[in-house]
Amino acid sequence: MKALIDNALSFHQTALNLQAHRQQLLASNIANADTPNYKARDIDFRSALQGALGERLGPLALSTSSARHLPVAGAASLQGYIGYRTEFQSSVDGNTVNMDAERAAFAENSLHYEASITFINGLLRGMQSAISGQ
Amino acid sequence: MSSMLNVFTIAGSALNAQSMRLNTTASNLANADSVAGADGQPYRAKQVVFQATPVAGAEAHGVRVTGVVDSAAPLRLVYDPANPAADGEGYVSMPNVNVVEEMVNMISASRSYQNNTEVMNTAKTLLQRTLQIGQ
Repeated sequence: MKALIDNALSFHQTALNLQAHRQQLLASNIANADTPNYKARDIDFRSALQGALGERLGPLALSTSSARHLPVAGAASLQGYIGYRTEFQSSVDGNTVNMDAERAAFAENSLHYEASITFINGLLRGMQSAISGQ
Repeated sequence: MSSMLNVFTIAGSALNAQSMRLNTTASNLANADSVAGADGQPYRAKQVVFQATPVAGAEAHGVRVTGVVDSAAPLRLVYDPANPAADGEGYVSMPNVNVVEEMVNMISASRSYQNNTEVMNTAKTLLQRTLQIGQ
């Protein structure tokens, strides 16, 4: 049986999961700011969240690079939602990382992540006060 | 593994790569006037080669230093007949280190290093907040 708290939390849980993945991609962009021919990538957050909620996504799929890697059961892939950034200024070495944009997106995503945590904490606190009956 | 923990792997690989770049810059600047290196030949400027490398179980990429290459720039010839290393026409082959380029490299590496430590700090704060859910 799906409990009330499950329904209430699943949205924020999915959002948190996606935000953590986006944070990872943005960290990868910042890390590769000086790597020749690296192309900056990001998640289309809106459609990824819609897709994830539609499929009631559990754990995200791990990328497998060998036939002997084990897939995670029931996992959905984010692969379809990852795209390349359009570049503002091209650089000679083929790198498309724009540090200003990446830093801004990183800070924004951190805030969204903290917001999701705050929402979850609020929900839990609400449930707690409901069951303690005061 | 949690994807937020992957941020540490990614930023850590970048810190490693940038500190190697800083190391070669230090070596180049220190040897800007070394007429003879370990092999008796003039010192040649070293450059690191960066490559994006996939992190296990993730779509994201870290950085890896695939090698340190010698600069292909021609050696600087200085006319100094009194120098014992001078050739028959009185020219001394000096290292091909471009000091201005190296200074720019140094600043760029240190900024990138700072950026990645920021990333790590943010990830650490977020993970701590995550651990405190429900408290």
